Amino acid sequence: MLLLKLFFSFIQIGLFSVGGGYAAIPLIQEQIVNIHGLMTLEEFSDLITVAEMTPGPISINSATFVGMRLAGIPGVLLCSIGCIIPSFCICLTLAHFYYKYRTVSGVQVVLGSLRPAVVALIASAGASILMLGLFQAELQEVVLGNIRLVELGIFVVALFILRKFKVSAISIILGSGVVGTVIYALTGAV
Amino acid sequence: MKKDYSKLWTLFRSMFVLSACTFGGGFVIVSLMKKKFVEELKWLDEDEMLDVTAITQSAPGPLPVNASVIIGYRMAGVVGSLTAILGTILPPMIIISIISLFYEQFRTNPYIATALQVMRAGVAAVIFDVVINLAGNVLKTKRVLYISMMVLAFIATYFLDVSAMLVILTCLGIGFLDLAVTLYKKKKGEA
Repeated sequence: MLLLKLFFSFIQIGLFSVGGGYAAIPLIQEQIVNIHGLMTLEEFSDLITVAEMTPGPISINSATFVGMRLAGIPGVLLCSIGCIIPSFCICLTLAHFYYKYRTVSGVQVVLGSLRPAVVALIASAGASILMLGLFQAELQEVVLGNIRLVELGIFVVALFILRKFKVSAISIILGSGVVGTVIYALTGAV
Repeated sequence: MKKDYSKLWTLFRSMFVLSACTFGGGFVIVSLMKKKFVEELKWLDEDEMLDVTAITQSAPGPLPVNASVIIGYRMAGVVGSLTAILGTILPPMIIISIISLFYEQFRTNPYIATALQVMRAGVAAVIFDVVINLAGNVLKTKRVLYISMMVLAFIATYFLDVSAMLVILTCLGIGFLDLAVTLYKKKKGEA
């Protein structure tokens, strides 16, 4: 019964977390901690820390973490599947209609006005991550004197390499992690 | 729309690698997908990728999963969707399953914390690279409407903390107005 409970909890999380990422955290907390008492609040905050430190969507990460701790591998599978069922059904429907009607000129006009917004959203996400990288702070708490020079250097060099040469994004991300950690380790800052 | 099952393996592998290396939220993976599927593999065109992102953002559920469903569907129908989802969710499932067994050590390891911090600089560089190309194309349309929408939407989301959903809905409204004006002008031109 625990498995079924988990499964339905994560279907709800998948269905109601509109806007992705951090929007899902309070929903997960409500389902897992408040309603079903499957985890303590402390375990839950550990979960969020780990989910932020690892790749992948936060709701899949939580589904896996909760599933694994409460019911092992079957738990992982059920929670993750529950979490993606709503996405799958809804996006498949949207994709179907998008590809059916995208060439209609009226649809093109409407979609055209969404594109600048999407560019802005991506830019905004990039700016937030840059601030976190350079200052370890959100925009409101940025103190210019606290700028982290190693990260600034990595950002500038990485952007230069990306603009000038054909390098994969993955190697840039992993490379910056390795280079930065080595620099901090050599200077004794770790 | 033609279905091409020969691309399933590339689709799975691409999603798997992107998902395994994506730290920090949905728009990071969208930037990586844009580089991979538009620039490198040339499976999608750029407008299509932006449309997919808008749809992805408006639907419930994790952004990377939503994007995988749509891109997978585009390449090979429902089978493609399932393949892409599998590629996207396997890495976090495997990584978290392993870490959940000893997360205390993982959480407190100083080297991991440092690597994650400096990686943000690399991630930011990738996103800026993508944004420079995308914003350049919006500028090239030379439509004052689009350019000002882009600037205002950035100010709204970044400085004023307006939710992405609200920005998309507002722009959708503007899009319908734009369509109405276009149709009206066309009608007037014909008369």
